Amino acid sequence: MGSIGLSGNFLLAAQREVDFMIHGLIKYKLFGQELWITTTHVSVLIVMAVLLIFAIAANRRIRAAQEIPGGFQNVVELIVEMLDKMVEGSMGKYAGKFVNYISALFLFIFVSNISGLFGLRPPTADYGVTLPLGLITFGIIQYNNIKYNKFGAFTGLFQPLPFLFPINLIGEIAVPFSLSLRLFGNILSGTVMMSLIYQLLSKFAVGWPGILHIYFDIFSGAIQTYVFCMLTMVFTVDKMPGED
Amino acid sequence: MITNEGLILACSAIGAGLAMIAGVGPGIGQGIAAGYGANAVGRNPGAKSDITSTMLLGQAVAETTGLYGLAIAFILLFANPLLGKL
Repeated sequence: MGSIGLSGNFLLAAQREVDFMIHGLIKYKLFGQELWITTTHVSVLIVMAVLLIFAIAANRRIRAAQEIPGGFQNVVELIVEMLDKMVEGSMGKYAGKFVNYISALFLFIFVSNISGLFGLRPPTADYGVTLPLGLITFGIIQYNNIKYNKFGAFTGLFQPLPFLFPINLIGEIAVPFSLSLRLFGNILSGTVMMSLIYQLLSKFAVGWPGILHIYFDIFSGAIQTYVFCMLTMVFTVDKMPGED
Repeated sequence: MITNEGLILACSAIGAGLAMIAGVGPGIGQGIAAGYGANAVGRNPGAKSDITSTMLLGQAVAETTGLYGLAIAFILLFANPLLGKL
């Protein structure tokens, strides 16, 4: 196991053995570049496996659905209804087109965020995971902007006054970065805080860190998931013609 | 005798601390939002869930500036770009 690239610069990590960074596990070469399979990849794969197993199990259960739901079917219906309601509430008549994507995003980010509870390093505490999520949102926003506003997508940048163009442009480009940094910063700060507690206070950290796990992993993770999905929907629906 | 590297590390640690002053603003803002949220629930208890979700969304957005400060502090502490300039 070697740490990637930055090895000379770990201040705390090198001297006090506090370790919450991403580790490289397997090195490989691609087009002359040295690349690593990192702990993030492993965490993402585990999260994906969990979601896939859940999806297959839910699919089988729903195919054999009963009139009066019980047990697992209840849980699945609860999740789907909650997501439907959330998307419906903020997207109105466009909800049908986006509910699949938003639900997938929600489940992935939520399971990633709470994976810290199960001893994984949360994948969302790696900027390489959150930035693509932000860029996908940016792509969806701009695609719908051009699809619904046609040429107005470009002239809209000069509204309400032409000299505001640079500010409008920065406002558009800042969206993926602010979205991804928000998620990344929140989850990373939780991860750092928990590893400081476990590794610097290792003798005293018995039992009571559970309370902090509830805040940093579950509460903060759920709130940030909700915020990410909500902002994606709000920004997207903002570019579309309103309800008539 | 202070080495160049030691000076940079010391100043980076102070800079990381100063960067976290950014936490003051979001703290005040979130407190104000929570106060008005409580006020709104008091006036209209029926809309509690709507008010709570709006409040949390606003607070999470307000938190962003604090997180920018946090990102700067982390960069200074754990991935210091200045050491490479020596």
